[in-house]
Amino acid sequence: MAEINPLVLWRRILALPNESRIKTLVIAFAVSAVCALVVSAASVLLSPLQEANRAAAQEARMQAMLETMPGIADLIAGLGGDGLETVIVDLRTGEPADIDPATFDEAAVRADPETNTAIPGPQDIAGLGQRPDLLPVHLVREGETLRLVILPVSVVGYQSTIRAHLALQGDLNTVAAFSVIEQGETPGLGARIEEPAWEALWPGKQIADDDGEIRLTVVRGRATDAYEIDGITGATRTGNAVAAAVQFWMGPYGFGPYLETLRGEGI
Amino acid sequence: MRQALRHLYGPIIDNNPVTLQILGICSALAVTTSLSTALVMCAALTAVLVSGNIMISAIRAHIPTTIRLIVQITIIASLVIVTDQIIQAFAFEMSERLSIFVGLIVTNCLVLGRAEAFAMHNPVVPSALDGLGNGLGYSLILVIVGSIRELFGAGTLLGFTILPTIYGGGWFVPLNLMMLAPSAFFILGLLIWTIRSIRPVQVEPADFEISIQPDRRAP
Repeated sequence: MAEINPLVLWRRILALPNESRIKTLVIAFAVSAVCALVVSAASVLLSPLQEANRAAAQEARMQAMLETMPGIADLIAGLGGDGLETVIVDLRTGEPADIDPATFDEAAVRADPETNTAIPGPQDIAGLGQRPDLLPVHLVREGETLRLVILPVSVVGYQSTIRAHLALQGDLNTVAAFSVIEQGETPGLGARIEEPAWEALWPGKQIADDDGEIRLTVVRGRATDAYEIDGITGATRTGNAVAAAVQFWMGPYGFGPYLETLRGEGI
Repeated sequence: MRQALRHLYGPIIDNNPVTLQILGICSALAVTTSLSTALVMCAALTAVLVSGNIMISAIRAHIPTTIRLIVQITIIASLVIVTDQIIQAFAFEMSERLSIFVGLIVTNCLVLGRAEAFAMHNPVVPSALDGLGNGLGYSLILVIVGSIRELFGAGTLLGFTILPTIYGGGWFVPLNLMMLAPSAFFILGLLIWTIRSIRPVQVEPADFEISIQPDRRAP
């Protein structure tokens, strides 16, 4: 009669010589199972704290970005609490959607296939595959005049998805600021895109030329005109990805239609 | 008891893992630009070393020789991931500054070295003490290197200004070299020189003797 009590079975396996093939397999599986359990438990239990930390860090980056722009921080402070206006934009129509930003759940929109649009291959220069139909955009107005638009952009970089904020001045063509909020590029190379020194190269650059063609790129070496930004040595692919992010999100599948709407309003 | 305590204080000076065995140099270079990052790295490494030694020592009788290294590295890697997650949850800003170097504790020869050389052959308590001693020995060197680099590279210690720099209106010109990795090599080299001058026992015999022939003339 075979013994089926697991405890006795376990003891019997432990009593086997260490060289036995069965014990080797059992120990390997037992160690992997215990380690997997510990790692999963730690990651699941700690993820709410980490999410909160990440959200706080992104909020701080947004604040830091607003402070880099001369005049804007004062303008927001002068306008009071709702100086920074948030609008949920429907990218399909290019019109603001009638959704309260306070109740807008971006994670849910990104997760639901119904609220995402597949990007056709040749258009998908950012490598994203699909894009959410609804995204929050921040606006700063002075009276009736639009002073600043902050667009969330994202792109698949060299080894991570890069997310950033691109702030445009009221003419909707001059970069006011660029701020990376999330990236996992190579430390010391691609990851340098989030250094203030590199982000400081962006303000004042032009997105499109007079014909409306989007020209902003990240070049190797030194920038020579208003459409170029110095590349980071050893991070060509990350730089190209950031340039592609601008190309894509300013284009027809990104915020292009919405920016047209804003221009139509007479800014 | 004395024997047990030797496991603890032996690796701090006499058998220091960094200055005698020259292990864990990579992280010693990377995280010592400031004292606070060095301290967090030391705490993380010591925690991994002690808990790894305890676990491996506890199951040492049942680890098959054929897969012992992979079992050890699995346990160590899991502990490192847990440590990394804890730092990300409770010290987020620090985790951003340490970036990948907490994760790279897995590849620190010190951890696997102690598991293989000590924890595999000794009971749990001496293994824990050995882990703690080696962790403290590593920490001692990192704290010294980190203090020197932060003090002379930025004029601060733990963020508090000690030497007012010229950028802040003081008199001290920061040594930019101290912020770069080579400076850690110089400091480590000087430390090793000092320790070996005081304790000549640690000096290794030369691999080759340079022969001097008095009658040989230059061609």
